[in-house]
Amino acid sequence: MKTVYKKPECIGNKKPNSYCPGCMHSIVVRLVAEVLEELNVVNSSVMFAGVGCDGNGAFGYLDIDTVISPHGRALAVASAYKRCNPENVVFTYQGDGDLIAIGCAETMHAANRGENVTVIFVNNAQYGMTGGQMAPTTLAGMKTTTTPYGRDPKADGAPMHVCEILDTLDNPTFLARGTCTDPKNIIQTKKYIKQAFQNQLEGKGFSLGEIVSACPSNWGLSPLKSIDFINEKMLPEYPLGIVRDR
Amino acid sequence: MGKVVITADMCKSCRYCLTACKKDVIALASKSNRFGYKPVEVVNPDACIGCGMCAIMCPEAAIEVYKD
Repeated sequence: MKTVYKKPECIGNKKPNSYCPGCMHSIVVRLVAEVLEELNVVNSSVMFAGVGCDGNGAFGYLDIDTVISPHGRALAVASAYKRCNPENVVFTYQGDGDLIAIGCAETMHAANRGENVTVIFVNNAQYGMTGGQMAPTTLAGMKTTTTPYGRDPKADGAPMHVCEILDTLDNPTFLARGTCTDPKNIIQTKKYIKQAFQNQLEGKGFSLGEIVSACPSNWGLSPLKSIDFINEKMLPEYPLGIVRDR
Repeated sequence: MGKVVITADMCKSCRYCLTACKKDVIALASKSNRFGYKPVEVVNPDACIGCGMCAIMCPEAAIEVYKD
């Protein structure tokens, strides 16, 4: 029989998946594993995970060399590693609290330098691991544990759009936003991730794939209702598609 | 015709695969797996066309799909 789909060999060997039911982190990690296998770079790739659900869950589950960097500093560490070992495939795997809140400076400057690394950015609109606090990407009016009456854009700021912010810089090569709400979007997101890795292999420079993702546990929704939340609330704020492709 | 193989112990009962399957091949089981989640199981194998959409949607990579 012909194989239509089989689990990538580089996930789940050492440690089972520790993400909550319905968490889209696990879909993104799986897509990254599939892309690494398709490009045949599993053995030469190094993941730099941030602190949070991204690093906590992906470390060990994705069976490749992994560095857990200080909170927010994954891109700074990855930049240094890539400059010292340009033959290796280097990517960071970061959440929104890690990449744009605590690591805002590192992200901006790595993108501005056009470092030849790939960034996988999972945007679930709040801090997941620490219990659902407000992040820069939290939607206006969205309730979190630190904004119990909903995020007030006048007091707490408006949601930050990472792809659009980085699009104002000269050096990033590829910026795209996908999601994982249905098979069509997952296939499209995988194409974005693959292109982000291919750009690095071709030496084109900074590539970022943002994935609008669900956090059913902290949103207080069932996995299926969290998909509806993404479609109704998140996607109008974070439109899908390629923001920049050079 | 397709064949769906589900590793029940990896399933976390998120039901994403049920939204992806248009042929109602899979459904939630009544019995829990050893982690306490009710896994999906194949209930209508003859209807499977082997499209693989359930496997693409599965966060746990618990589903494998084969096709003749």
